[in-house]
Amino acid sequence: MNNMEASKFEKLRFVGSRPIRHDGLEKVTGQARYGADISFPQMLYGKILRSPYAHARIKSIDFSRALALEGVQAVVTSSDFPKPWLTDETGIDSKLINIKFSSNNVLAGEKVLYKGHAVAGVAASNAYIAEKALDLIDVSYEILPPILDVMQAIKVNAGIIHEGMFPYPESGLIASEFNSSLISNSTLDMSNHHQGDDSKYSNIAGYYIQEIGDIDKGFMDADVVVEREYNTGSVHQGYIEPHSATAIWNRDGKVTIWCSSQGHFGMRDQTAEVVGIPASDIKVIPMEIGGGFGGKTTVYLEPVVAMLSKKTGRPVKITMTRQEVFEGTGPTLGSYMKVKIGATKDGMITAAQALLAYEAGAFPGSPVNMGAQCIFAPYDIPNGKVEGFDILVNKPKVAAYRAPGAPAAAFAGETVIDELSCKLNIDPLLFRLKNSAKEGTRRISGPVFPRIGFLETVEASRIHPHYLSDFGGPNRGRGVAAGFWFNGSGPSSVIVNANADGTVSLIEGSPDIGGTRVAVAMHVAEVLGIPIADVHPSIGDTDSIGFTSMTGGSSVAFKTGWAAYQAAQDLKAQMIERASDIWDVEAGEVNLKDGKFNHSTNQDLQMDFKELAGMLNATGGPIVGRAAINPGGAGAAISVHIVDVEVDPETGKLTILRYTVVQDVGKAIHPDYVEGQMQGGAVQGIGWALNEEYIFDKEGVIKNPTFLDYRMPTSLDLPMIDTHIVEVNNPGHPYGVRGVGEVPIVPPMAAIANAINSAVGIRMNTLPMSPPVLLEALWANNGAGKVYGD
Amino acid sequence: MSEKVHIETNINGSQVEFLCEPRQSLLEVLRDVLDMTGTKEGCNDGNCGACTVIVDDRIIDSCLMLAVESQGKKITTIEGVAYTDRLHPLQQAFLENAALQCGICTPGFIVAAKSLLDREPDADEGRIRQWLAGNLCRCTGYDKIVRAVLAAKETMKNE
Repeated sequence: MNNMEASKFEKLRFVGSRPIRHDGLEKVTGQARYGADISFPQMLYGKILRSPYAHARIKSIDFSRALALEGVQAVVTSSDFPKPWLTDETGIDSKLINIKFSSNNVLAGEKVLYKGHAVAGVAASNAYIAEKALDLIDVSYEILPPILDVMQAIKVNAGIIHEGMFPYPESGLIASEFNSSLISNSTLDMSNHHQGDDSKYSNIAGYYIQEIGDIDKGFMDADVVVEREYNTGSVHQGYIEPHSATAIWNRDGKVTIWCSSQGHFGMRDQTAEVVGIPASDIKVIPMEIGGGFGGKTTVYLEPVVAMLSKKTGRPVKITMTRQEVFEGTGPTLGSYMKVKIGATKDGMITAAQALLAYEAGAFPGSPVNMGAQCIFAPYDIPNGKVEGFDILVNKPKVAAYRAPGAPAAAFAGETVIDELSCKLNIDPLLFRLKNSAKEGTRRISGPVFPRIGFLETVEASRIHPHYLSDFGGPNRGRGVAAGFWFNGSGPSSVIVNANADGTVSLIEGSPDIGGTRVAVAMHVAEVLGIPIADVHPSIGDTDSIGFTSMTGGSSVAFKTGWAAYQAAQDLKAQMIERASDIWDVEAGEVNLKDGKFNHSTNQDLQMDFKELAGMLNATGGPIVGRAAINPGGAGAAISVHIVDVEVDPETGKLTILRYTVVQDVGKAIHPDYVEGQMQGGAVQGIGWALNEEYIFDKEGVIKNPTFLDYRMPTSLDLPMIDTHIVEVNNPGHPYGVRGVGEVPIVPPMAAIANAINSAVGIRMNTLPMSPPVLLEALWANNGAGKVYGD
Repeated sequence: MSEKVHIETNINGSQVEFLCEPRQSLLEVLRDVLDMTGTKEGCNDGNCGACTVIVDDRIIDSCLMLAVESQGKKITTIEGVAYTDRLHPLQQAFLENAALQCGICTPGFIVAAKSLLDREPDADEGRIRQWLAGNLCRCTGYDKIVRAVLAAKETMKNE
């Protein structure tokens, strides 16, 4: 580590310690209230009618029989939502189009676009009656052929999911050309396909390209070139708390919504757009959130309960079932990818190329642009080209999922890197070290890296006891992989109030998903020199705190931590001012150190923070510190994972023997929760690698919408997950924070695939690498039952 | 609507009476009738363990038990785990080991782990992992949960 950077933070009193989180007691005793834990007198219960088909035109909806059922109070459909996009005759106002997509995902418009797509909402005096009413809603569908994967979606005459909306991009593709030409000549002139109405529009909603250097020359300079093709399936974030929302639409037009989300301001603004009222008429009160991982950043239920409450004048609550969560909320993308990398004999990458075709689901917006920016980001690539396609299919609209877009891309990129290093007989970590991006490296996507910690992270991995240990044994192998994620920032607001007893109440706008209350409070304690337990954090509703962007992008410790730091500095400056007034000295002569105010020369002038706090009301009034910021300078995250596996050649079952996460976090404010993010991200990745997948039948119906059949890792499937925190401080944050939550899900799939190759000599190119898939690969390779290795 | 049934049971040491429909699960009654929302619903089909409670010394997913079956039983929920004057060692250990992130699965894990340590005060890591395999946590990767249960085990031995 850079010594200057280290010295800057070595005197911190609280940052880097491991206090008990403030909200912990409520959460271990069952007192904490999550989305579904709220109810009101006279409250109605709602249910959502969902499409049985993956693709169909809605010819009519008749809910008169449902309304006639005793206990049913109201039904809403998309016809209850305003349609501002209809006023835009040009059809190109992207904001209005996005409102249409958002509205039509909440309740289907002209068509249902995936199995489980919401069609109508019912409010009744209890959930049983609401459910019964769903059977009494008569929807007439014209069933259309479902489009279920990338290859099908780009066929000419495949059928168009959004009719008349997405002309073929200039560099669009059709399926017959996709396979053969992807890498060598992936950008095709589509002008010859613009003939006739059928082929005028496409299911390609977006196209991205990034280039650097001369890709052809780069591959000519290579001694070894590896090119591979990949397919990955849809997986779900798998948060344990189903979505739940409760609303009261008052007669004055003001709406209050209680829900658990990753950002109540986002829920407010999206709901306002869908129901067509000003955001300032909506107050969203955040409940505790039972996991999100990106999946609780969009509205599903909120506009529906709001409209049902408007119609009934009573509070309305809807809580999803687990099946609804799987079928009706955002999974992450399935993908088709191709990657080609060339290197010289001595292990220097000369060229890297990738094509990523990501499923967007039923509405545009897969994170393919982010995957495209991440895939080669850890490396210094002289000649590179990355293309991304955002492709519509009849599956639930994808939502963000932890480092959106990066994990699938890294699965492809990092397995090709591994194969190259094997072919060149260079240690895979040394190969990465040789090609490491560092400060000043220009990425294929354009930006030049500021200080990043890839070198330090790879070095720490190379000397980690895990990497130096022996993993030997039959059918055993070791894999490594690296991952990159941007880390994010965004607007954030914090208020700190000095209480008369010397404590400080802290109000922030970032929902706390994994211990951020305490991490944010630690910034305040550090600035003021008061105990962490004396800072009392809470999450304000949308009327109680300034705008704060989502808890996402690994941004909370960075942006809200910084806002808290700045609010505490504001409080400190005002209290120093007050002390100087009381002492009748210049403010510049008063300091606050270790929780004590003192005068720079007169040692008789001393006051505890608590003493001054108790005098505020009588000496001029209370003091409130505030900060409302949108800081730049988020520092990139780099992670290297090391995994040892054992493959059972008779069953294809893979056992994780040992797993280590090495990650540059910038600065670990609360190392326990930093480790927890690293472990949790790795384990979600392990689930993605080994078991998790949506299984669709040919009609597009999800066959495994339960936790029994959508199999997430259990405690029995795993060893302890070792962590090694690297701290290459981010110069852009007061305490050096980069962000931690997302990047640990990026490397696991590739690391495990590389370990499988190490164990049994097979290069896997699909996810999940579940026992049946692995067994098929073993059979295809060498027949079952063969013992690999020593 | 079906006729409601009168049930008498013991929850967390107190005699409790309630009316429920025969189709209602114990989970529904705990949450919606008795307002005991500490027991969480994650899946309602017995696969996530968020609704774990102890019924007559056995752990069950309360979503899989009909409330009418609780007649005359002795039920422990998360609300009954802490002592009057302090937290249960498991609760304390979960706090000290940062064994929760979002916390939605935590009540189920603590109830399930309590049941294990009450029966098997010497449970080792492997046994703990096996016992807790019916409880899903999506945030932690289980590492710190298992460590917390191991830590609580030591505390409980010394009590």
